[in-house]
Amino acid sequence: MEKTPANIEIIEKYCKGCHICVEFCPTKVLEMKGFVASVKNLEACIKCMQCELRCPDFAIKVS
Amino acid sequence: MAKKVAFLQGNEAAAQGALYAGCTFFGGYPITPSTEVAEVMSVELPKIGGKFIQMEDEIGAMASVIGASLTGAKVLTATSGPGLSLKQELIGYACIAETPCVIVNVMRGGPSTGMPTGPSQSDVMCAKWGTHGDHPAICLTPASVQELFEETVRAFNLAEKYRTPVMVMPDEIVAHMRERIVFPEPGELEVINRTAPTVAPAEYKPYDTSFGDVPPLAAFGSGYRFHVTGLNKGQDGFPTTKAAWVQAEEERQVRKVDANVDDIVQFEEYELADAEVAIVAFGSTSRSARFAVNEARKQGIKAGLFRIKTFWPFPDKQIAALAGKVKAFITPEMNLGMCTGEVKRCAEGKAAVHGIFRVDGEPINPGQILEKIKEVK
Amino acid sequence: MAFDYDKYIRPGKLPHIWCPGCGHGIVMKGLIRAIDTLGLQKDNTAIVSGIGCASRLPGYMDFCTLHTAHGRAAAFATGVKMAKPEMNVILVGGDGDGTAIGGNHFIHACRRNIDMTYIIMNNNIYGMTGGQFSPCTPTGAKASTTVYGNPDPAFDVAKLAIGAGATFVARGTAYHATQIDKLIAEAIQHKGFSVVEILDDCPTTYGRRNKFKSVIEMMNRLKDIAVPVKAAEKMTAEQLEGKILTGVLYKEERPNYTDEYAKVIERAKK
Repeated sequence: MEKTPANIEIIEKYCKGCHICVEFCPTKVLEMKGFVASVKNLEACIKCMQCELRCPDFAIKVS
Repeated sequence: MAKKVAFLQGNEAAAQGALYAGCTFFGGYPITPSTEVAEVMSVELPKIGGKFIQMEDEIGAMASVIGASLTGAKVLTATSGPGLSLKQELIGYACIAETPCVIVNVMRGGPSTGMPTGPSQSDVMCAKWGTHGDHPAICLTPASVQELFEETVRAFNLAEKYRTPVMVMPDEIVAHMRERIVFPEPGELEVINRTAPTVAPAEYKPYDTSFGDVPPLAAFGSGYRFHVTGLNKGQDGFPTTKAAWVQAEEERQVRKVDANVDDIVQFEEYELADAEVAIVAFGSTSRSARFAVNEARKQGIKAGLFRIKTFWPFPDKQIAALAGKVKAFITPEMNLGMCTGEVKRCAEGKAAVHGIFRVDGEPINPGQILEKIKEVK
Repeated sequence: MAFDYDKYIRPGKLPHIWCPGCGHGIVMKGLIRAIDTLGLQKDNTAIVSGIGCASRLPGYMDFCTLHTAHGRAAAFATGVKMAKPEMNVILVGGDGDGTAIGGNHFIHACRRNIDMTYIIMNNNIYGMTGGQFSPCTPTGAKASTTVYGNPDPAFDVAKLAIGAGATFVARGTAYHATQIDKLIAEAIQHKGFSVVEILDDCPTTYGRRNKFKSVIEMMNRLKDIAVPVKAAEKMTAEQLEGKILTGVLYKEERPNYTDEYAKVIERAKK
């Protein structure tokens, strides 16, 4: 299993603040900061890509 | 070599004219009295590798031809009154998306189901005002089988030249009569093809007015990717509500026809030089009118005929000029005054306008017109 | 590695017009991944839609795109496909667009088995006009035109498609994002008319009126009601009460329309 830390990019101008990424992250990496999503706990990211896949706004990129 | 001569029905001639013009796609729905156009196309198109499809309804037929046109094909549909009403939704789409297509509409009695097998000339206003919003309208009203062939060719030329839907509207008599037709040789009639873009795909905009009022239209699948919508759009083809763009685009769409009236409008003047009474007629009614003019002349009455070949745009200029010369107009038509109203508008009160209206499914005969000539002379 | 959606999206077109939490964006991403998986060429692929929220999708996509009139996507697309059978033709739209005003074109595209793929984003409502009930609004649900509860029964889009003759019918949900691209890819690969219904959410006009507290609750509902066809085989009728089957629901091989028309051309030329 690859152990390199994840890189989560949130494109704030695309984020509409729907909460989907925050709620369905299995390891609670994300949080809402004001109206947009933001990374709270990067270390916990297991790169499952669920946030990127479910973001309706093309606002999250996980690598 | 002698030219090919045939004894052909009007609808068959319309189909043959379409093929002469290079039509490769027909989408239609059966409706009396236009169905023979579809029948001929279903036989002839596959022979040349073209496509015929009978769609599930009139709207679907109109949609299919617009879709096919966007792949670069010259396209035709055929219908009649009720079908024309249904097609109006997408005729508007073709106007705003500026997609060339030809619609043969055979005029039967209306409104609604009306008299499916009876002749009429009552769709001419529907041709101009049927779809909502401001839009260009071109409508040709041939009077013989030969002319139905030739005007269908011209309809394709105008559609491709101006990127807009064009209607060919024979009345049921012209569409169903059989006459001698002399087929033009290939190359004898002008055939206009769509202007292809000259810019690279990356620079292409489907409504780029730097190429004039009629920007080149690329084809889907030809390496050009672009967006087509029925929304008000900018030059790039994407929806916009930007006031200046919407205004400019709307005006340009209408200007494509308005600024080219002399190129589009065709008519025939018969015995008008010294006429005191001018009959303005179109389609099969103009044939009765010609007979009536001849009879009137025999009786020493100075009558003449202005035969409308292009109903839309209406020959405003020509009618206005005539109004200054003649005492009266007579406007026989198989409706309750559609052309009459237009003639009155153009005459601006300079000459009286007397209508002869018939909506009983019977043609207007020469005797009726002659009587009116005597009455108003 | 992050998937490069930008490769398929027209520059400068994002953010899209869809409301916060609307699943249409999730479906669009699934479609992009499916196109990428299959390696479809942009120049040779048309994306056609009708009118409504979901039908705005083609405008974002860097392909040959056609945003038609309300309900008419299948009929326009049929013209495109007939005239250029070598093009991939993908239709997208909503439930009102596809099954009400476009119902006739939809069933006849199914019947002809013309080789196109139709992605229906079913959010049970007319969203763009402000939340009127559609043929896919459940009986009893609230919409702006059914404030006393919807008296109409709803269409089962998949059954409608199968009954009309579609030869590949699948269903997914906006929650099950990883499945969307797989279903769409399989549908596109299928030779014939394929329908992929994606159960979607409209938090703005459906959720608010029907006591969903949030987008998350709507997503969770999709998660809860979805049962994969395989799993359903082992479930009782009682257990399946209120559930909706997902996955590939129907598949058959049958001659497709443009191939059949090619034979017409051969016969006519003889």
